Amino acid sequence: MKVRVKFSKQGSMKFIGHLDIMRYFQKAIRRDGIDVACTEGFNPHMIMSFASPLGIGLTSDAEYMDIELRTPVSSQEAIDALNRNGADGITVTRFIQIPEGKADKAMTLVVAADYTLRFRPGHEPAASWKSNLNDFFSRKSIPVLKKTKRSEKEVDIRPMIYDWSVTSDDTLFLKLASGSTANLKPELVMDTFLMQQLHVEPDPFAYEINRCELYADFSEEGLHKFIPLDELGTGIEL
Amino acid sequence: MRKLALSDEILLSVEKPARYIGGEINAVVKDKKNVDIRFAMCFPDVYEIGMSHLGIQILYDMFNKRDDVWCERVYSPWVDLDRIMRKEQIPLFALESQDPIRDFDFVGITLQYEMCYTNVLQILDLGQIPLMSKDRGENDPFVIGGGPCAYNPEPLAPFFDLFYIGEGETVYDSLLNLYKDCKREHLPRREFLHQAAKIPGIYVPSLYKVTYKEDGTIQSFLPIEPDIPTAIEKQVVMDMTASSYPEKPVVPFIKVTQDRVVLEIQRGCIRGCRFCQAGMIYRPTRERSLQCLKEYAAKMLKNTGHEEISLSSLSSSDYSELKGLVTYLIEEFRSQNINISLPSLRIDAFSLDVMSKVQDVRKSSLTFAPEAGSQRMRDVINKGLTEDDILQGAEEAFHGGWNKVKLYFMLGLPLETEEDRKAIAHLADAIARNYYEISKEERNGKCQITVSTSFFVPKPFTPFQWAGMHPVEDYLGFAKTVNHEIKEMLNHKSIRYNWHQADVTLLEGAFARGDRKIAKVILDAYRNGALYDAWTEFWDYDRWLAAFEHVGIPMDFYTIRERDEDEIFPWDFIHIGVTKEFLKKEWKKAHDEEITPNCRQKCSGCGVSRYKGGVCIESKG
Repeated sequence: MKVRVKFSKQGSMKFIGHLDIMRYFQKAIRRDGIDVACTEGFNPHMIMSFASPLGIGLTSDAEYMDIELRTPVSSQEAIDALNRNGADGITVTRFIQIPEGKADKAMTLVVAADYTLRFRPGHEPAASWKSNLNDFFSRKSIPVLKKTKRSEKEVDIRPMIYDWSVTSDDTLFLKLASGSTANLKPELVMDTFLMQQLHVEPDPFAYEINRCELYADFSEEGLHKFIPLDELGTGIEL
Repeated sequence: MRKLALSDEILLSVEKPARYIGGEINAVVKDKKNVDIRFAMCFPDVYEIGMSHLGIQILYDMFNKRDDVWCERVYSPWVDLDRIMRKEQIPLFALESQDPIRDFDFVGITLQYEMCYTNVLQILDLGQIPLMSKDRGENDPFVIGGGPCAYNPEPLAPFFDLFYIGEGETVYDSLLNLYKDCKREHLPRREFLHQAAKIPGIYVPSLYKVTYKEDGTIQSFLPIEPDIPTAIEKQVVMDMTASSYPEKPVVPFIKVTQDRVVLEIQRGCIRGCRFCQAGMIYRPTRERSLQCLKEYAAKMLKNTGHEEISLSSLSSSDYSELKGLVTYLIEEFRSQNINISLPSLRIDAFSLDVMSKVQDVRKSSLTFAPEAGSQRMRDVINKGLTEDDILQGAEEAFHGGWNKVKLYFMLGLPLETEEDRKAIAHLADAIARNYYEISKEERNGKCQITVSTSFFVPKPFTPFQWAGMHPVEDYLGFAKTVNHEIKEMLNHKSIRYNWHQADVTLLEGAFARGDRKIAKVILDAYRNGALYDAWTEFWDYDRWLAAFEHVGIPMDFYTIRERDEDEIFPWDFIHIGVTKEFLKKEWKKAHDEEITPNCRQKCSGCGVSRYKGGVCIESKG
């Protein structure tokens, strides 16, 4: 039975890297006696795949991991167990069965992500920054020089920005392309805004970023139809 | 959410911030208002090393079982964070509460190897605790040392208020109770130390005075007050089965060196190798019952979620119920995809059989530790392993499908000759020849034999504690001899040779058998930037040579000098049960190339039978 687990990663857990989160869940699943399929061989490993690795320093409300159960367990039971013996800052919020076939690999499904971004205290630019956002996002194209190991390449990031808004508490909301075909990091959007629009150098570690959701795209007639990954399955009741 | 001691900006600018945030599964968090004693337990090396240490997990669990104590963990900040903490004056903190350790009642530091001594000073320095015991005031914590290096605590004596000599399970409760009483009565610091010094196993260095002869050796080592004991008795747990063991060890987020459940099956070793300190100080050999180990294995795997379990002991093959234990582990846990790791096994039919069940024969290698190349030398060191044992073990392994063998040796042993060194190459070649005698169809390509040598360091409380060391150039010459001889061998293409650094060996030797005067050298080197000396990338021998020079003491006195039979050693005031007479007898027998049977074959009267336990009271079969 294929299962998708949704969890949040908050507080000091933002300092735990992607591979260690994977190890964390392997151990948590073993502590809780959830029977998950493993690879063959002398050193079997739990079969586990993550939708999209999250960088160190970012928090998230929407991390996704796919596993395969050998013995079914109800959603409520699994969520309770994983949270009861879990680390402070990791909270499992959904545990759903996903149908085999099209929607069965979170990693290949992800095309977009929601983020909120705010400045850490002491790193805010001039107070007027919010009033410049509209001009920035209204541009038809936002060229950015992307450096790779071998070359420099100009990329237009504007098409990868699907939506934006700013809230009263100085938080910027962004819906950005995410995944293997196109991927845009929220810090690059803000760095570019600061440099191109406000003409200031961004500080290192200036932003607090939270990932809020990951989406698959079920577009119809060329129009995006973003569906959160946890809406592609159903709760398990035994 | 817990508040962290370090800001996000700092944590994001250092390597592996998870080293500093605590909050791991099974970490113990208490309300500091509801405890009487706050204890910071420290392993003075980086998190991944310190978290892998069993002893701290045992004491952490044991202390936290008491409602009146909150024991937390501290490790050495890595060099990147070290720089930031110094610059920004951030006090070193414990992982659980993230509170500065200078506000704790105790800072306990485990001393597992000599090369951590500058890290001890780093802990105190970053902790904003005066480095010297004599400079600490009523509001400073008590700094207490323990672990194997505490069996010669003298090089660190001025930095510590107390040392705990021996196994932690026995008198820590008395010490903590005494502290609680003293704290309640607001007794001054020195009064607590005075009373603590009367608890068996507790050594308070400031209450002892050392005088020296003109030649620099010790004249006398005596307490400065009449009611303080003249000798310190090592502490030893007699009932291993009943002693405290952590059923819920802390599970780190990041991968640490020992990322598995560790099952301590026994303490001590029956073998009596003459170079081995652990083999003497942990006498007598004491086993945990099979039933108890089975229960711990199941509980600890359940409570941690680890995917691997490992046995811990000095010589697992000597555990009397090994077969029953290994069979249980395989039958019970292999089906749950738990890996089983079996270190320190003698290679024989049984161990090859179980190893083929728990590891991939084609990928894994077999390890032999003959320690010396010639039979003569193995008799000198009392390593009860013959060439036949090794060749036969290797042959059986080759027939079982293995083709990788690791061999560990020591160089620079006392009484060692050129021929003994060359014999290392000959033994490796004999093993390779053994392999190539198997027909081509039956064997699995070429064999790979890896020979590693380390340079021998004489340790206190061993029969070799009288031995002299060699100058750096000699050690390198020894390695060259081996390297050259291996190249001459018929099968040299199947043999790889690695050897360790020589200079670090000498410093280790100076610390291992050092006296109080060495403390000044450690302080000088630390002031000049020495830190993480166990890490090759930070090791700087010249800095240490300069420190010896600044302080004005000759390093050779501690290293190269062969000791007189009647010399008073800095560690003689500690009684480990094994008598100095026995060690002396063994030193003589080494010269005569005479072996001593192991504890199960025949009692050799080493002295520990007075503890009336363990192997000493087993019925001899």
